Amino acid sequence: MIINHPLLGPRDAAEFTYLGDAKLIERPDWTSKTAASEFYEYQYLRDNPAGLHRELWFHEAGDRSWLVVTRDTTTHEITSVELARDVARSKGRSK
Amino acid sequence: MRYSGLRILKEALTGHKGWKPAWRDPEPQAAYDYIIIGGGGHGLATAYYLAKEFKQKKIAVLEKGWIGGGNVGRNTTIIRSNYLLDGNEPFYEFSLKLWENLEQDFNFNAMISQRGILNLLHSDAQRDAFIRRGNAMLLNGADAEMLSTAQIKKRYPFLNTEDARFPIKGGLAQHRGGTVRHDAVAWGYARGADSRGVDIIQNCEVTGFKIENGTCTGVETTRGDILGKKVASAVAGSSSRVMAKAGMRLPMESHVLQAFVSEGLKPVLPGVVTFGAGHFYCSQSDKGGLVFGGDLDGYNSYAQRGNLPVVEDVCEGGMAIFPMLGRARLLRMWGGIMDMSMDGSPIIDRTHIDGLYFNGGWCYGGFKATPASGFAFAHLLATDTPHSTATAYRFDRFEKGMMIDEKGMGAQPNLH
Repeated sequence: MIINHPLLGPRDAAEFTYLGDAKLIERPDWTSKTAASEFYEYQYLRDNPAGLHRELWFHEAGDRSWLVVTRDTTTHEITSVELARDVARSKGRSK
Repeated sequence: MRYSGLRILKEALTGHKGWKPAWRDPEPQAAYDYIIIGGGGHGLATAYYLAKEFKQKKIAVLEKGWIGGGNVGRNTTIIRSNYLLDGNEPFYEFSLKLWENLEQDFNFNAMISQRGILNLLHSDAQRDAFIRRGNAMLLNGADAEMLSTAQIKKRYPFLNTEDARFPIKGGLAQHRGGTVRHDAVAWGYARGADSRGVDIIQNCEVTGFKIENGTCTGVETTRGDILGKKVASAVAGSSSRVMAKAGMRLPMESHVLQAFVSEGLKPVLPGVVTFGAGHFYCSQSDKGGLVFGGDLDGYNSYAQRGNLPVVEDVCEGGMAIFPMLGRARLLRMWGGIMDMSMDGSPIIDRTHIDGLYFNGGWCYGGFKATPASGFAFAHLLATDTPHSTATAYRFDRFEKGMMIDEKGMGAQPNLH
């Protein structure tokens, strides 16, 4: 697979390591009254879809940026690559 | 007698027109006591043991495609019970004991060959860990033996023990481990289940569950609705997709694992050998091909095929211990979809929906577990209590902090 890095252009997927579902960006609030069950769902439960999947890749052998890659899990076709930083900021996060 | 030397002779003279299918192809009935989703090794084994050991009737196995077309036909056929943790080892040893008697039990030649499995070690720390694991195996009634490099050289003279980076310093052997003809496992269970009245319904995809007031009363399929008192899912890599139809999110991701076979060679590799410094395992099939595999590709996938970097990585692992492998050509490679759980261990449990049961999360260790998985799942379905060797395989273990993390990798499915 080739991942089209927003800053560096097309890079071999072997340069990256994989974390998982991009929902992992949205860490629950630890001060919430239901934090225990929210963290259980955050840490352990996954949608695991067959089809489009937004997921976190880390450019470990490159510029060490985190990317949000939208990829079809049934064909491995990548349709969109964003910097995870931009995705987090668009959700109102500071970093 | 259905099969005999005389019968083969007779059929040879009459154009082989008298052979009958080994199992029926029934139409689905309106209602069953047990509906098992998934006609793979685990689903068929569950139906077989439900009928044979637990004397249950009115059982259906629903299969989207053809039976045995998923991971039971895609694995590297290895059986073993060399686990460390208390939640796992009794279960896998139970499975190995069932394997040892399986051919007599279902009267089908599955070519079970206890040629032994050898895990190579390359460092002092690994030696300590393997001694500990070997002791855990012995405590649970399995067999285990630490071998020195000289002992290993005697059986596997071609192993590269002097590699500068990862010299082979010994190994943990389980002599009762081995290989099985994997397709025959599906067929043997299917024929045994069918002859006891189980309806094996192929080309029948489950499209939804009928759930009323928190109770599952049946399934919707491409061949119509079917009512069932107990509905049980055993669909491996598709677990998340199927259980999503019941509104459940599972503690697992689906990943692709590739497997490989070389061109046929004369007998060179008497047992199963695994590399301890990378991820590579290899055995030789009875047809002569070296059957081997390694790591997952590492990203969520339902594609049943992988990418080239892992092919290269697996072959490099092979070359590190078997330099002779470089002379053999790769004949075929393929992928299977693994239901990778959050701690690397499976789930055999009820769900929060009454009448709906789940068996999955086998990661890439599902084949060796087939008999015990079927037995334990049948036990759960028939008695509503877990089998004594499968009590740890609970859904709530992640919430309760009772993980069975054999590799100590944490909630990162692609590392188990």
